[in-house]
Amino acid sequence: MSDTNKPYLRCEGLSRAFVKKLDLAGRIARSLGSNLREERVQAVDSVDLSVMPGEVLGLVGESGCGKSTLGRMLCGILPRSEGKIYYKGQDIDSLSAQEIKNYNINVQMIFQDPFASLNPRKRVRNIIGEAPLFHKLTTSSELDDYLAKVMLRCGLDPSYTHRYPHQFSGGQRQRIGIARAMAVQPECLVCDESVAALDVSIQAQILNLFMELRNELNLTCLFISHDLGVVEHISDRIAVMYLGRVVEVAPVEDIFNSPFHPYTKALLDEVPRLDRRGVDFTPLAGEIPSPLDPPSGCHFHPRCPHVMDICKKEAPVDMEIAPGRRACCHLATMR
Amino acid sequence: MSTPLLEISNLKTHFFTRAGVAKAVNGISLTINKGEVVGIVGESGSGKSVTGFSIMGLVDEPGRVVGGSIKFKGRELLTQSVEEWRNFRGNEVAMIFQDPMMTLNPVLRIDTQMIEAVRTHEKVSKAEARKRAVEALAMVGIPSPEERVKAYPHQFSGGMRQRVAIATGLLNRPDLIIADEPTTALDVTIQSQILSEMQTLCRKTGMSLMWVTHDLTVIAGLANRVAVMYAGKIIEEGAVEDVLDKPLHPYTEGLVGSVPSKNHRGEPLYQIPGMTPSLINLPEGCSFRMRCPKATEKCHCEPPVTETANGRRVCCFHPNL
Ligand SMILES: Nc1ncnc2c1ncn2[C@@H]1O[C@H](COP(=O)(O)OP(=O)(O)OP(=O)(O)O)[C@@H](O)[C@H]1O
Ligand SMILES: Nc1ncnc2c1ncn2[C@@H]1O[C@H](COP(=O)(O)OP(=O)(O)OP(=O)(O)O)[C@@H](O)[C@H]1O
Ligand code: SF4
Ligand SMILES: [Mg+2]
Ligand SMILES: [Mg+2]
Repeated sequence: MSDTNKPYLRCEGLSRAFVKKLDLAGRIARSLGSNLREERVQAVDSVDLSVMPGEVLGLVGESGCGKSTLGRMLCGILPRSEGKIYYKGQDIDSLSAQEIKNYNINVQMIFQDPFASLNPRKRVRNIIGEAPLFHKLTTSSELDDYLAKVMLRCGLDPSYTHRYPHQFSGGQRQRIGIARAMAVQPECLVCDESVAALDVSIQAQILNLFMELRNELNLTCLFISHDLGVVEHISDRIAVMYLGRVVEVAPVEDIFNSPFHPYTKALLDEVPRLDRRGVDFTPLAGEIPSPLDPPSGCHFHPRCPHVMDICKKEAPVDMEIAPGRRACCHLATMR
Repeated sequence: MSTPLLEISNLKTHFFTRAGVAKAVNGISLTINKGEVVGIVGESGSGKSVTGFSIMGLVDEPGRVVGGSIKFKGRELLTQSVEEWRNFRGNEVAMIFQDPMMTLNPVLRIDTQMIEAVRTHEKVSKAEARKRAVEALAMVGIPSPEERVKAYPHQFSGGMRQRVAIATGLLNRPDLIIADEPTTALDVTIQSQILSEMQTLCRKTGMSLMWVTHDLTVIAGLANRVAVMYAGKIIEEGAVEDVLDKPLHPYTEGLVGSVPSKNHRGEPLYQIPGMTPSLINLPEGCSFRMRCPKATEKCHCEPPVTETANGRRVCCFHPNL
């Protein structure tokens, strides 16, 4: 285990652009003569972020703001356009072959969609067992025992190793995804919307499993979600993203008790809660702008109730607003 | 009180599959009054959507309504002719789905689709129908509707598309909208815009709303009443504040208890033990008994429905009364 004051994972100026392909409706429209073209999306735009060892960092934001893209780059499974990633303080571009292998084992991703991320033609035995065999964490003769341990730990019946993913319920499939990641004994998990598709009662089971694993094994976690209720429950710190940029980072209590960024405030106002009855829904003005053509200056300015002239012209810089709290907003410089 | 808008009694919709009969809706009773917002909650597979489809007369093979009655403004729906069903849908009741593309046609312009939808039910001029389409889009908060009505569905974002689908449902000013998880796939901010528009509509026009979801927090903010479904039955029903603050049924209690905000930060969440039973092979008696912390020998028999003084209903041998 590394030094607790040094980030386990850190990124600096991390960016990723995509050329956006047309969806089916777009392709049909184009074939009918519309002049649609493929366009460039800045999915992640110069992000600085640290994940401390042993913490759960929640990453929230609206759909399409770049959460999954950021998570996948931090895991090393998606190439960057620009920027640096540091693993236990070391630039991953300067790691030795052995260190890269460690990084690839120690940082595991659990995917958004348990249906799409499990190969339907593989048995559970192979889905979970392949990586530990490959990395020589176990041998073929000991694999059964090894799998039984991992599966039990993740709440799966080890006698199911010969089944295929479609023979499991949604909650069980999510457990298979977790077991696959846990099978290589990682130090850090990047969980992408791991409970989004589940019913509350099953969601509770999976979240409990997470918290148990994390406490027992002192795992470091980046937990991506747009469900603020879930993120509030399990995170130590929270990072809020808007259109490719991280706009606020703070301990969970601070985000919920005294949000700083106008977008964070707006987001919290919208969250439906069990104790908010007969609400008069008063939505945040405006649409999420298109990432194809983001607004100038601060990306949030067209929807911001505190917008100033400078917000339309200049992008605010990320700054410390209190010990352990960062925000990226012109209001921070005005104080 | 006057005749309820919708009155479902002992409705049964079963699916005759090769593996056996799935009793998706198995004897539910529910009324919705004019202007009321009723939430339907329950876990995946509990029969929420099938209830909606049954009201719309849209149950597909191998499914069939096998018993009960659905009355709309006092009129029995289940004996309607095909023609009467078609008139009923879109005119008096509209359903909106989680995927707006179930309502919208990707290759047609929005105006073409909406004008068509108006003229199916009413003999009005094209110009009049277009005017209504534009009004409906404005009502759900689409900016510059005169312009946007000429667009194709793909030129809208997901949230906008959903609003167009809702606007299409509103065209003939139905008395009841059945919304089947229309915001589940959307962000909180967009969800909140759509909830706000639906709420305003109900208040302004006296339209009723049946909102199907597995998200209790949405129901908390939006609905007047809530019905909780489990394995094809409504196991509890009542005013939102009663049901969420003081659930009577052990299943509702578990459901409310497992919402993260009901638990202390970082501590294990309450978990309903066990798994949803297969609808083909339901246990005898109360279908929740295998998972229920209060179950006794009695629960092997069909549990009784108890009605309380303040209009709540619960179907259980050991309710928290
Ligand atoms: N492989 C890809 N090709 C093209 N565009 C992409 C690709 N992956 C992501 N994008 C685009 O990048 C942006 C950010 O996407 P990303 O999936 O990271 O968002 P997200 O925050 O995870 O959203 P969600 O909450 O919906 O999962 C979106 O506009 C998306 O359309
Ligand atoms: N076409 C079908 N053929 C066979 N069984 C069906 C069919 N459609 C629905 N069912 C059965 O009806 C049950 C209830 O389904 P329904 O779609 O109403 O659930 P739901 O409560 O809407 O769940 P969800 O939250 O997942 O949408 C299902 O468990 C399934 O067994
Ligand atoms: S009837 Fe019995 S088993 Fe069913 S919910 Fe009530 S106490 Fe539990
Ligand atoms: Mg994502
Ligand atoms: Mg459904």
